[in-house]
Parts: sequence; C-alpha cells; structure tokens
Amino acid sequence: MLRDITLGQYYQADSVLHRLDPRVKLIGTIAYIIALFMCTNVWGYLAVTVFLCSIIVISKVPVKFMLKGMKAILFLIIITVCFNMFMTQGEVLVSFWRLKITKEGLIVAAKMAIRLSYLIIGSSLMTLTTTPNQLTDGLEKLLGPLKKIHMPVHEIAMMMSIALRFIPILMEETDKIMKAQMARGANFDTGNIFQKAKSLVPLLVPLFISAFRRANDLAMAMEARCYKGGESRTKMKPLKYQGRDIAGYLILVGFVAAVVATRWIP
Amino acid sequence: MSLIKTDKLSFDYIRRDEEGNVEAIVRAVDEVSLDIEQGDFIAILGHNGSGKSTFSKHLNAILMPTEGTVWVDGKDTGDSDNLWAIRETAGMVFQNPDNQIIGQIVEEDVGFGPENLGVETKEIWQRVEESLKAVGMWEYRKHSPNKLSGGQKQRVSIAGVLAMHPKCIVLDEPTAMLDPNGRYEVIRAARALNEVEKVTVILITHYMEEVIFADKVFVMDKGHIAMQGTPREIFSRVEELKAIHLDVPQVTMLAHELKKRGLNIPDGILTTEELVEALKKIR
Repeated sequence: MLRDITLGQYYQADSVLHRLDPRVKLIGTIAYIIALFMCTNVWGYLAVTVFLCSIIVISKVPVKFMLKGMKAILFLIIITVCFNMFMTQGEVLVSFWRLKITKEGLIVAAKMAIRLSYLIIGSSLMTLTTTPNQLTDGLEKLLGPLKKIHMPVHEIAMMMSIALRFIPILMEETDKIMKAQMARGANFDTGNIFQKAKSLVPLLVPLFISAFRRANDLAMAMEARCYKGGESRTKMKPLKYQGRDIAGYLILVGFVAAVVATRWIP
Repeated sequence: MSLIKTDKLSFDYIRRDEEGNVEAIVRAVDEVSLDIEQGDFIAILGHNGSGKSTFSKHLNAILMPTEGTVWVDGKDTGDSDNLWAIRETAGMVFQNPDNQIIGQIVEEDVGFGPENLGVETKEIWQRVEESLKAVGMWEYRKHSPNKLSGGQKQRVSIAGVLAMHPKCIVLDEPTAMLDPNGRYEVIRAARALNEVEKVTVILITHYMEEVIFADKVFVMDKGHIAMQGTPREIFSRVEELKAIHLDVPQVTMLAHELKKRGLNIPDGILTTEELVEALKKIR
C-alpha cells in the first residue's frame, strides 16, 4: 500500500535520542558537522568516531538503516577519493601511465572519505530519530527570531507540514491516474528517454489540476477553522526543554570543545 | 433571536474572461429568507446545482451575500469585524474528507481549531479528548488520518469542528464521497451531537434517507427555497419532489404508490415500521 510509506526515514524506537527535543538534535547536527570539519589530526577523528559510535548505540536504530543513506552518496565518495588521490601533489608512491598516486593524496582522500561518510551517518541519525512533524516544529521554534526581520517562519513550517501530509495522498492519486491512463492504452514504460518524458504529460496534467483543487479546498477548510496565521496561535504540543535536553546541550558543548582541543595535540 | 437568520439572501457567481470583463452571471442563491433556531437539527435538501452548497458557505462567512443579509448569532456576516466570531460560532465540515484534515495525526488535527483560537495548551487537550470521544474516534487518536476509512475521516473532521465549541455545525454534503457504512457512521455522529451535546446541526445533503431525523427540512431548487416543513410534511408531497428531481425514500415511495392504488395509508410514511403498522391497520 502506497499510503503506508513513511516519510523522511523515521525509525520508530524508544530511546533517549528519540525523546530529545528536536531543537537539540538540529543544533547538535550542525555542531557535529562543524566539529567534523575542524579535525586536523588522528585524535580529532578518534573523538568524532567515539561520539558517533556512542550516539548510534544510544539511538537503538539498527546500523543498516544508516548505511542505506550511504548508498546514495557512494558514487560521490568514490569520485572525491579518486580526484584527491590523483590530483594532489607530493611524494609519489605508485605511478602508471600519466597517473600518480601520492602519499599526501592518499591521506587527503582518506580524510575526505571519512568526513563525507560521517556527515551522512550523523545527519541521517537525526532524521531517523525525529518525526517530520517534530522537525518542522523544531525548525519553527529555532528560526523564530527571524520573524523580527519579516521572515515568514510560521508559514514555511506550516507549508512543510502540509506538504508532508499530502505527499502520500498525491502519490496514491498518481497511481490511480496512471492506472486509469494505462487502462485506456497509455504506455509509460517503453521508448527512449524523450518518449518516456512525453508519455508523462497526460499523467502530470490531471495531477496538477487535482493538486490545485485540493489546495483550494484545504485553504477553505483551514479558514473555516479560524486559521489566521501564526499570530495569537497557541500550541497543542509546545516544545519545552526538559532536564535531558539541557544535558544534551552540555554533552554537545563538551564534544565540540574536545574536538577543538585535539588541534593542539601534535 | 434565532441562531441563524437570512433575509433575502442572493448570491451571484460572476465569470470573467481573460481581460476581466463579465462574461456571465449565474445566480446560485436567490432571495432565500429563513430562520434556524438554536438546538435544531436542520436538513437542506436539493439536487446538484440547486444552490444548497453555496447557501451553506454563507453561514460561516466563506462567501458574502451579493444581496441581502445573513445574521449568525445576531452578527452580520457582511461586517468583516465579525468574521472570526462567526466562524467560531458556526463550524463547517466539507465534502472531501482528505482535503480538510490538516494534521498528520488524528489528535493534532482535532487540536488545530482550538490552536487557532488561542486556547491554553491544557484546555486544548481536554477539548480534543471530549470531541474525539463524542464522535467515537478516541481510540484512533494516535493514527495517521491516511489510514482511516472515509467515514472515520469525516468523524475526525466533525471532532475538529466540535473542539472549537461552536453553537452550530454546518455539514456540507459530508457523506457524498462515502460508502453506505461510512454514511451511516457520519449521520449517527451528527445526530448524537445534536441530541447529546445540544449543538445545532445543519445538514446539507441530497440523500433522502438522511433527512428523516431532522426537525425541519428546507428543499432548495434553482436557488429558491421550494418547500419547508417537517420531514413528514415534505415527504407527503411526493409528486412535487419528483418534479424537482428529488427521490423520496423507498418506503415512502411504496406507501405513496399503494395509496394511489386506493389503499388507506396516511401520507408521509418515513420508516419501514410505520408502513408495517399502517398496513396492519388496513387488514
């Protein structure tokens, strides 16, 4: 069933990380990425690895879910590694034809590969342990100060959550239209790429029309329920920091400090 | 004063061409005057294009009258200062259940209305619980709306309106997209609201079976109120209903045909039991 798909890639489990305030997780991810790119030596990478491994253990999310995200960027990692390996100047280890592998190149390539894969694992950990809803809530609250400079923060968050709600519905609709067109002899699978793209037109047109109709209906339903934007609106599930969130921030500060400190270890 | 009062309410749909010149004016609602009392269960009947949906959208100021006036709880809907107060008084449930649920979890959707009204967090939770229990959807509070049936989704929508504590709920063809089971669920929920919670219910529909419980029925045709009265009075006038393309419930039709053939049966039979009783008396 199409309606059963989960969006983002939330993995349901009961862990401290799941219960953590989304704001802590958002800021944590950013801090983690910054720390990752501040590493200069082995100690730095060791600190990040220890941190990442303990977070994975705490999260109770099976490791294979994190590796799934890696698959998508495997190609990118390979290209980066190759370029760094061959293009960096320095002490030549192996050379054949016009390509040279240098010692410095190998080190830089290894560093790049570790950084990229840690980056993906770290950020997918956040999306695996946070529901899309919590994410939008967290973002809205974090970006709140930007309202002062007339950024439509609430509106953006509302749009995100409505999009999340309607993606499964629109996917089901796509499926329905596709079947209806196929029943009348439409062909979506054969031909070269241009013919395939062209065959999507009779699918996209009705889909767009229906999406606009839905948007119109939804807007009316929201207005009928007194929706008038973010002003004077209360929250059913307000975000409030708990003890564990403060602890989370403290651990984060400790982690970043530790990574920065490793820069002075020779 | 009555809860809802309309005076010579008319509404035109204006179609414009690309330059903005008026191409055609269609009068959807034409000089409708009616009164709806607090606590009533009202049904508005009409076939497609009779103006019943357009009329219903005036009751919580989604549309403004072209001519005439609508008062909801004594407030004129034409005055934009009254807009939010009117929408708080008269809630609205629409036809398509998918296009009116905003939350990704049932309880969040029910909380959407009270959130907009600026209700305290603690009270929101109370209202959500009350409303979901009133429509019998409390066990589904943690579910995603996408996994519910049509009837269940409409009950969630009703709960969402109920949580705003309106005096009146307008249901605009809430059952048009549902299967018979879902229709039954929704109508039962609407009746329970009226009887238990004492909310005024205005049900817009073209299903005859759904109006037999109403206190008062208005039949609309071509933008006018063609008939009004109790369901029994309305269904006594089978020929007139047929003339405006409305069917009567099957039993009513059967009783009517039997009467035409000379059997002594009263007018306006609404349920099978009534017909059985009437037939027993003849023997």
